[in-house]
Amino acid sequence: MSDARSAIIARAARELGDGMCVNLGIGMPTLLANHVGDRRGLMLQSENGLLGIGPYPLDGEEDADLINAGKETVTAVPGASFFDSAESFAMIRGGHIDLAVLGGMEVSQDGDLANWMIPGKMVKGMGGAMDLVSGAKRVVVLMEHLTREGEPKVRSACTLPLTGRRVVNRLITDLATFDFPTEGGMVLAELEDGVTLEQLRASTEAEFAAV
Amino acid sequence: MLRRMGEGKVLDSFAQAVSDIADGATVIVGGFGLCGIPEKSIEALREHGARDLTVVSNNCGVDDFGLGLLLANHQIARFVASYVGENALFERQFLNDELDVELVPQGTLAERMRAGGSGIPAFYTPTGVGTPIAEGKETREFDGRQYLLERAIIGDFALVKAWRGDALGNLVYRDTARNFNPLAAMAGRVTIAEVEELVEVGELDSNLIHTPGIFVQRILEGSGYDKRIERRTVRTSAA
Repeated sequence: MSDARSAIIARAARELGDGMCVNLGIGMPTLLANHVGDRRGLMLQSENGLLGIGPYPLDGEEDADLINAGKETVTAVPGASFFDSAESFAMIRGGHIDLAVLGGMEVSQDGDLANWMIPGKMVKGMGGAMDLVSGAKRVVVLMEHLTREGEPKVRSACTLPLTGRRVVNRLITDLATFDFPTEGGMVLAELEDGVTLEQLRASTEAEFAAV
Repeated sequence: MLRRMGEGKVLDSFAQAVSDIADGATVIVGGFGLCGIPEKSIEALREHGARDLTVVSNNCGVDDFGLGLLLANHQIARFVASYVGENALFERQFLNDELDVELVPQGTLAERMRAGGSGIPAFYTPTGVGTPIAEGKETREFDGRQYLLERAIIGDFALVKAWRGDALGNLVYRDTARNFNPLAAMAGRVTIAEVEELVEVGELDSNLIHTPGIFVQRILEGSGYDKRIERRTVRTSAA
């Protein structure tokens, strides 16, 4: 894992609390699963119909009927439950999930998220992302601060098609953590070690308050 | 003479089960990725050859398995799904305009099936407000929040897969292979259920039936299930 990703995951792990029901998106958020072990009663939800994801199975014990939303073979913890997709999204849309952690392509200063489509490229689909951002009690987005080409991803307005409008509560990048208070605007919550405010502003198109 | 309970639902030939799926039909198919897909019915539908199908399913299989078989055989004209990645064939047909695609958020897709089977023609959902999928859809405010109107889906046929079932069409699914299957079963005018094990009526615990038989018109026991794994992930130690 890159240094940037390690930093993001380490910071994101602090979002996990005892007793929470959490949905981890595909990609970088899935790596957070390694950090839930010390949270008492935390249950991971998988939108394909499992509340209580366990570790990957031992070699030889994998079961085609037991997968996560990333289609990886998993196990279920004691006390886990299985359900159909409508009930799963009732949990998600109905505000029963405490925290959804998703990857992002762009986040705007208004808390808009784009993470499902790049026009002109093959569109793979939004999966459950639009439901998750519109329904979870709290939405945390993890992404690298800049594209590989060095372009800003934290934007004044998203250039890519949206997954949801004003849906992000917290954004964690390898440079900083930002919050999106209900009254509007974007606020710097934390700077990563070794990053100055000047560096951050130079890498960020969005306007944000630093208090 | 009294009809035996469930008589007429049980078929022994998948070819017979799908034989009246006509060209142009709408077919709802259960499964998530390759998990819980009705693999025997899909294979039979490929052999049957009905074309110009509208297929509604969360995903489109892989190139050589599941719904990918119907794609390869050019039987699908329109696909309604939430996620279609990891399928080169799909991509090629889509880019060549051979395939019409409607992408639907996963929770909306599940609810559209559930509504279709429940006599509810449409419903409001917050999912997708302010995004490209809201274009052309009615919106309405409830309690200060915007919602989109989404239409229910009903299939001419539904193909579903369960773990165990009986001659009445009662179904029990296993683990995450349940996923879209109960919703597809509700939303099909004719629902064809395939099971790994067909048991005697009364053997399934009535408290634990997931899909009551009323939603199932045809039931068959499959054999030799492939149950392919898309991403085999394991850990090395018991830690």
